[in-house]
Amino acid sequence: MTKPVLEINNLQTHFFTDRGEIPAVDDVSFSINAGEVLGIVGESGCGKSVTSLSVMGLVPNPPGKIVGGEILFRRQEGRDKAEDLVKVSRKRLRAIRGDQIAMIFQEPMTSLDPLFTIGHQIIEAVRNHRKVTKKQARAKAVEMLKLVGIPRAEEIVDEYPHQLSGGMRQRVMIAIAMSCDPEVLIADEPTTALDVTIQAQILELMKDLNRKKGTAIMMITHDLGVVAEICDRVVVMYAGKIVEEGDVRTILKSPKHPYTQGLIRSLPKMSNRDSRLYSIPGNVPKPGSIKQGCRFAARCPEVFDRCTQENPELLNLGEGHGCRCFLYEKEGKIVNV
Amino acid sequence: MLAYTIRRLLMLIPVLIGMSLITFSIIHLIPGNPARVILGDQATATAVANLEEQLGLNEPFLIQYGQYMLGLLQGDLGTSIRTNTAISGDIWPYLAATFELTIFAMVFAVIVGVNAGIISAWKQNSWFDYTAMVIALIGVSMPIFWLGLMQQWVFAQELGWLPAFGRENPRNPIESITHFNLLDALIHGQLDQWWTSFKHLVLPGIALGTIPMAIIARMTRSSMLEVLRSDYIRTIEAKGSSTLSVIYRHGFKNAVIPVLTVVGLQTGTLLGGAILTETIFSWPGIGRYIYEAIGNRDYPVIQSGILVIATMFVFINLIVDLLYSYIDPRIKY
Ligand SMILES: Nc1ncnc2c1ncn2[C@@H]1O[C@H](COP(=O)(O)OP(=O)(O)O)[C@@H](O)[C@H]1O
Ligand code: SF4
Ligand SMILES: [Mg+2]
Repeated sequence: MTKPVLEINNLQTHFFTDRGEIPAVDDVSFSINAGEVLGIVGESGCGKSVTSLSVMGLVPNPPGKIVGGEILFRRQEGRDKAEDLVKVSRKRLRAIRGDQIAMIFQEPMTSLDPLFTIGHQIIEAVRNHRKVTKKQARAKAVEMLKLVGIPRAEEIVDEYPHQLSGGMRQRVMIAIAMSCDPEVLIADEPTTALDVTIQAQILELMKDLNRKKGTAIMMITHDLGVVAEICDRVVVMYAGKIVEEGDVRTILKSPKHPYTQGLIRSLPKMSNRDSRLYSIPGNVPKPGSIKQGCRFAARCPEVFDRCTQENPELLNLGEGHGCRCFLYEKEGKIVNV
Repeated sequence: MLAYTIRRLLMLIPVLIGMSLITFSIIHLIPGNPARVILGDQATATAVANLEEQLGLNEPFLIQYGQYMLGLLQGDLGTSIRTNTAISGDIWPYLAATFELTIFAMVFAVIVGVNAGIISAWKQNSWFDYTAMVIALIGVSMPIFWLGLMQQWVFAQELGWLPAFGRENPRNPIESITHFNLLDALIHGQLDQWWTSFKHLVLPGIALGTIPMAIIARMTRSSMLEVLRSDYIRTIEAKGSSTLSVIYRHGFKNAVIPVLTVVGLQTGTLLGGAILTETIFSWPGIGRYIYEAIGNRDYPVIQSGILVIATMFVFINLIVDLLYSYIDPRIKY
């Protein structure tokens, strides 16, 4: 088997604030294979964005800093030679960013520079990484706009962000991200801020790009509906830690971790449309606020004595299915000691 | 854009008329007989009558104003009572001196202030940030006459590096064409004269530019801090753009509008309010021109001087407004 394009090992990203050190990402490991769509799921505040920003080297510093672990990136040519994005120079990171690893964000309304034309913002991305003339880059910009399904691309290229709708702006963001044919596209809740119909269109577009271009996608979302739609594999995060991972069928059909089960129960279902939506009681604890025991204990319907005293390890339940819960200790074996 | 500019220019007409009305009224706000006040108690009745005649004070107010406006439209700012010469001819050298000093001060203030603000925001909470902001805080509350006097004492008197008074060497004056000394020296190809003029500008320019510099630095910093936190800056970083592009091309361009507002206001203030600095440094500018006119009770000169300054203020505002819409496509015009 070829090695994954992105491999994250024991990543720790902390924030150093007035109220102490916050381990927003606490010993997280996962990998993405070439051409794969990996979902990262969890409620708001679980550390999904910080994980993705860590990969991009865009964690706001201060107060944030990667304090441990490695982020191995392997380019298509020479997959066995890995670069650790935690250690590479800032210059090298800039060269990778936007070229081989690109990112789109949750808020399409504010993610484009209001003072520059759409074309300029795509051209900039292209010319950061390719030695092309302005004219060639502009042609590329128009081509990209067409690729992401923007009508009247020749005109839109000279328009400003405020002239476009949210859905269109997210398409522009995707055009910028895809302009250098990245190997990995990180999408941090790309559809959360959009209407339902537009959400579906954007997901369709991303699925299409994944298929056509073979771009691996790291799809961050709190919406398991999105996961079902597009992902091959899923990582479930809770309070800075991975609590469950596995292929999308396993996670959706037979989730093991009580948190994942709760997330799935809270999905709206076609059959019981008018019954009240379930939601997991309580909130995600602030990272670092729970010093001992399972971080989900306070909200877990299955909690028992041990849960508040010891930290559960990630258990291997077979076929890439991992789960961090004492309930499965007899079935599984500890993944990373 | 052109249509907008023309529309904005047309909108200035009522403003300018209002301003002319106010400045024109100055003489009529003098209690009693203006001519008598101007000439003083010892003046003969004939002299007073003559001056009334000269100033047209016998005519009805509206006729007087009409004649005044008619003159303004032809570029006639009236006649100085003291020198009996046309103000429009007298005023330019003073105005040019003030312009030159203001431009120098503002270029200094903008270059130093903007860059200090940008770097402070970029390296927030660094030693640079702290130092710059402490200096800026001192700068905004600096009494300018004290700063001017200290500068003269240190750099002119003690060290002898820079001249303390005037705008040129009185024994070797520049032959004036535009009355902008730096420009005139260049036109004549006299580089030594240029250098002398430049050195004369340094102390008053820095004294005058200190407060604007401090205000600009603080405004740039706070505006940049907000912009650098924004989503689109993160997008630009995610594209792999260079730090320079992130900070200056995108960051500063987005942060510039409040800075521009401050620059416009400060320029206006410097043009009108530099009397103190001009006095300390014996700078023959418009502030001194008006100040002396006040001493001489030369009302036509006071009127015209104020009108000219107010007009410049209005035009600077216009330029700033036009720049806004040039920079930000979201501003509708
Ligand atoms: N700029 C920051 N300063 C301090 N703490 C932060 C910052 N950004 C994120 N965090 C911490 O990291 C945690 C995870 O945030 P995030 O990754 O944005 O969650 P999400 O899963 O919703 O994307 C937050 O609960 C917060 O405590
Ligand atoms: S370890 Fe205990 S508290 Fe944590 S999820 Fe499992 S059962 Fe619930
Ligand atoms: Mg997030």
